[in-house]
Amino acid sequence: MSTDPQRWVAGHVATLPKSGIRDFFELVSKLKGQDVISLGVGEPDFVTPWHIRKAAIAAIEDGKTCYTSNLGMIELRRAIATYAETHFNVSYRPDDQVIVTVGVSEGLDLAFRAFCNPGDKVMYHQPCYVSYHPSITLAHAEGLAVPTYAKDGFALTAAALRTAWQPGVKMLMLNLPCNPTGGTCDRTQLEQIAAFCREKDLLVLSDEIYSELTFDGTHTSIASLPGMAERTIFLHGFSKAFAMTGWRIGYACGPVPLIDAMMKVHQYSMMCASIIAQEAALEALNNGWEAVVQMRDEYHRRRDLVVRRFNAVGLTCHSPRGSFYAFPNITSTGLSEGDFAIGLLKTEKVAIVPGTAFGPGGRGHVRACFATGYEQLITACDRIDRYVNSLRS
Amino acid sequence: MNPVLKLLIDGGSLTTGQLAQVAGLSVAEVEQQLEQLKKDKIFLGWRPVLDLSHEAAAAAAVRAVIEVKLTPERGGGFNRLAERISRFDEVESCHLMSGGYDLLVFVKGPSLQKVAAFVSERLSTIEGVLSTATHFLLRTYKEQGYLLSGEEGRDARLNVVP
Repeated sequence: MSTDPQRWVAGHVATLPKSGIRDFFELVSKLKGQDVISLGVGEPDFVTPWHIRKAAIAAIEDGKTCYTSNLGMIELRRAIATYAETHFNVSYRPDDQVIVTVGVSEGLDLAFRAFCNPGDKVMYHQPCYVSYHPSITLAHAEGLAVPTYAKDGFALTAAALRTAWQPGVKMLMLNLPCNPTGGTCDRTQLEQIAAFCREKDLLVLSDEIYSELTFDGTHTSIASLPGMAERTIFLHGFSKAFAMTGWRIGYACGPVPLIDAMMKVHQYSMMCASIIAQEAALEALNNGWEAVVQMRDEYHRRRDLVVRRFNAVGLTCHSPRGSFYAFPNITSTGLSEGDFAIGLLKTEKVAIVPGTAFGPGGRGHVRACFATGYEQLITACDRIDRYVNSLRS
Repeated sequence: MNPVLKLLIDGGSLTTGQLAQVAGLSVAEVEQQLEQLKKDKIFLGWRPVLDLSHEAAAAAAVRAVIEVKLTPERGGGFNRLAERISRFDEVESCHLMSGGYDLLVFVKGPSLQKVAAFVSERLSTIEGVLSTATHFLLRTYKEQGYLLSGEEGRDARLNVVP
């Protein structure tokens, strides 16, 4: 009889590959103490604005240390509903159409667990955030990747959806603007996607965590399009716009039966999000917009700088319409994305993430996060220039 | 707003070359815009923001804020007196205030005695100065947007995050 503890690990977890980004993290960690500039960090370099932190401190001082309603504090749900109405033009009832989650990640997990029967198929566009496919697998569903392309600015097209579609597809997972590509869809493209979803009777999970970091044009939520609110779970959170990644606070909005189903999973697994984080989130929605605009303007300038520098050194880079990631093509160097990233790290001490960490569609690309101060960003660009030129000489 | 001016306000301590990269201009264009801002008396000069508490010689310097009450003058109000007070080398900055006094004056001197002598012998003796209230700075926690503890500036993020 085997004594290997591995025998107790569930089969679908045992076969789940570890995130490629984890390997790269280990590699970078080995260079600790050296002058490494990391453009591999997928979170803001800003600290949560002080008034938001102060609201959390006040909550602790006031003894707010208990559970909240499973759905989250009603004051926060009201603020979320108002925000969805004013910023995304979609109406939700705070009482039963909004659930506060431990980050968007929990919202996604709830949705997959609540809506997927074993063997259901979920379409998602790729390259994409590292956890979409594994989360689908963990819910015993089957992920179906739909490619996006640099020529389209990594926007998802209805044509690509139609080509990839198979019988048995139940859901479409969207992340616009997208991590790692910065790609997003304009209203016309979204209308075409929405029409496809209605035609195929798909439920849409729409992760719009980067929506406030839209630099070109205005962000449109697919939930706001005709006939879509009733088939869309709108997922959002505070991590990116308010620089609150460590607070782990997000939310999901949607039709009552769907939020109710997600709530069941949430109440038995998580109970509720931290009351301290909820208090901070309420302060962010009520009084945090000035800082959001300032941070977005700052990211916008950094985007222009980084994209200009990548293109100038011959690494073709589309201008990401949102998020804080650039996704240049490095194939002109003759290296694979993995070799390019490792070589850059070893020779010039700049960490970027190989595009394939975000799925096979990231081949030939690397992700560079520009949520870093100007001086470091410029030095990193100088080092990348030197590295690329050394490869060509 | 002029992009170079906006970067001067927001961008921390960027060199001219860095300003040019961020603004998407040539170095010559940035220098030209800086020159124009100087001509327009908008950009007055560079000053470093320093924490001199660990620098023994410099740390000996004494800073004080002085609340000054003035008699306004016919025609010019407080301007002539405020400009006169501003001309002293000891004065780092000088502001006309609303509230219980008229001017808030930041002064710096090599010792407490020197600053005290400046107030009693040179400032308070100016005709039109009704009274002064001097407060010596004991310790600085934040200077022009920089936290002196340095804790907040520390990047606590992991090296690679999805």
